[in-house]
Amino acid sequence: MIRATLRRVAPQIFILGLVLLLNFLLSPGFFKVEMHQGRLFGNLIDVLNRGAPVALLSIGMTLVIATRGIDLSVGAVMAIAGAVAASVVTEGSHWLVAVFAALGAGALCGLWNGVLVAIFRIQPIVATLVLMVAGRGIAQLLTHGAILTFNDPGLVRLGGGTIFSVPTPIWLWIALALIVGIVVRRSALGLLIEATGINERSARLAGINARVLLVAVYLVAGLCAAIAGIVVAGDIRGADANNAGLWMELDAILAVVIGGNSLLGGRFSITASLLGALIIQSVNSAILLSGMPVEFNLVIKALIIIAILVIQSPRIKHSLYLLRASSGTQPPVERPSAPRRRSAGTERITEEGRT
Amino acid sequence: MKLLKTLLVTAATLLPVSGYAQTVGFSQIGSESGWRAAETAVTKEDAKQEGITLKFADAQQKQENQIKALRGFIAQGVDAIFLAPVVATGWDEVLGEAKDADIPVILLDRKVDAPDDLYMTAVTSDTVHEGKVAGEWLKDAVDGKPCNIVELQGTTGASVTIDRKKGFADAIDGASNLKIIRSQTGDFTRAQGKIVMESFLKAEDGGKDICALYAHNDDMALGAIQAIKEAGLKPGKDIKIVSIDSVPDMHLAIAHGESNATVELTPDMAGPAFKALKAYWKDGTMPPKWIQTKSTLYTQDSDNMAAYDRKKDLGY
Repeated sequence: MIRATLRRVAPQIFILGLVLLLNFLLSPGFFKVEMHQGRLFGNLIDVLNRGAPVALLSIGMTLVIATRGIDLSVGAVMAIAGAVAASVVTEGSHWLVAVFAALGAGALCGLWNGVLVAIFRIQPIVATLVLMVAGRGIAQLLTHGAILTFNDPGLVRLGGGTIFSVPTPIWLWIALALIVGIVVRRSALGLLIEATGINERSARLAGINARVLLVAVYLVAGLCAAIAGIVVAGDIRGADANNAGLWMELDAILAVVIGGNSLLGGRFSITASLLGALIIQSVNSAILLSGMPVEFNLVIKALIIIAILVIQSPRIKHSLYLLRASSGTQPPVERPSAPRRRSAGTERITEEGRT
Repeated sequence: MKLLKTLLVTAATLLPVSGYAQTVGFSQIGSESGWRAAETAVTKEDAKQEGITLKFADAQQKQENQIKALRGFIAQGVDAIFLAPVVATGWDEVLGEAKDADIPVILLDRKVDAPDDLYMTAVTSDTVHEGKVAGEWLKDAVDGKPCNIVELQGTTGASVTIDRKKGFADAIDGASNLKIIRSQTGDFTRAQGKIVMESFLKAEDGGKDICALYAHNDDMALGAIQAIKEAGLKPGKDIKIVSIDSVPDMHLAIAHGESNATVELTPDMAGPAFKALKAYWKDGTMPPKWIQTKSTLYTQDSDNMAAYDRKKDLGY
């Protein structure tokens, strides 16, 4: 299983390595990690720490996209969750109450999306667009349009603190990924999600309760967004309803796509999406370290991402495959009949094209 | 009590006839930022103090709503109109209608691309000047010693960003001891300000090579202050910080010694506007076409707690 996962994510690891190398070339001290006041301090830690919100979002987004859906509302849900946490804690409640209130708000938002998609059969992109637009307004209502600041040590620790010298957000996204990964892969749940994504009707005819499954994945996406929202709010010690999670849904979708997951649903890899999130953050870090004029930021980012996606495109992969085949080294023999659920992503897209 | 109310209502209905209590229509952009909310609050407060009836219209970021509101004000026959225009273009026609109706229009906070005979005056802050005030403060504060500056810019391409960058650069131009070593956008937000400052600190030897931070707004500076603290340095001492806007949280930070200076972008654009109107109504004095608001500098020597108390409930 680990070998299969490694083969699946090999392209992402390769690309991440390349981008990290670029960072190293720009700033030779990039890999230096040192202790500063009981806190690990270094660019590499920053990539893991700053990548946390997108990594958290991408866990839920991977599941949603695996069902052939999409969730545009996660950025707005982050803002709502942050606003809820901040307003509960500033009213004097314990920070754990605030966290549970924020998680509840995230779950409610996810439920709303799930019901629109699964019960009312509204297309996911439209259904979640509703909350994407309205959600930020709800968050602004909660904070009265201002940045709601707090100083509660518990809540601040979730976003800006450390556990065993490692920034808390890193623990959070790794733990959440492990939990979700184990739940979907050590049970049939992952397979059922993939089946629903490939063909919902036949999945239903095969006895899968696709409706509940769909609601559940949007619920998970909402919860992931809530955790990301708490992290972002804790980090700046305030809920910034105007800006928290702004456009972050797009980064989360990009992370899933860079992870080689198809937007048409079906097979998915959470590990690959997380690597995608780290790749995006490494690109951001390279831009910051490069010291280029700010006008180039988005252009550089776009160019790097186009390059990453082109490298991963089925056509380029196929040419590489042919190149290897003609150069004499024996490519691995593929037997289409063999069940290869969690296997390498190399053949995934072409195979799916046929089904 | 009831009698008093009746009297007040009667007075309010009678006064316009006697020509004293004036009505001003205010078309506000919306409430996209804390500063905007404060501007609305201050304008309402000013109107109350001046004894002027304020008709308020929130345009929710849409020009068509503003045009509708202006036409509404003209139809109601208000005595003057305040307009905080959401965009610069497309105002000629409706401003012409106001002019035909003999209703003076005063622009608040932003200007428009229209012939300047269509409005009475514009009350705005000079954003280039704000940057200059910040730069000059830093020049005096380092007093000739060499100083590497990092800059947190606002949203790329925004006119405020361009102006505040230019003003600061102009102020330190010629001072060979001052050098901007890194400049990146922090999108005017706390979160991005913190993230970008983190990378500045790492790229410049843990912050040892950085002597000062200039942020285009207070929110980014507040984010950066946290990043500096987490890197084990003392904001305000190890790294001098100057920023623009003067939001309440920044006054707190300066009062606590965690930041050094902030240039105020006053939310009180209506004050000078009312003053100009009163003078005009009294003896027909026309104000200049542009009234520049004061860019007050707050440092650690100012009474920041008083400023905080004054501003904390304005909706920032």
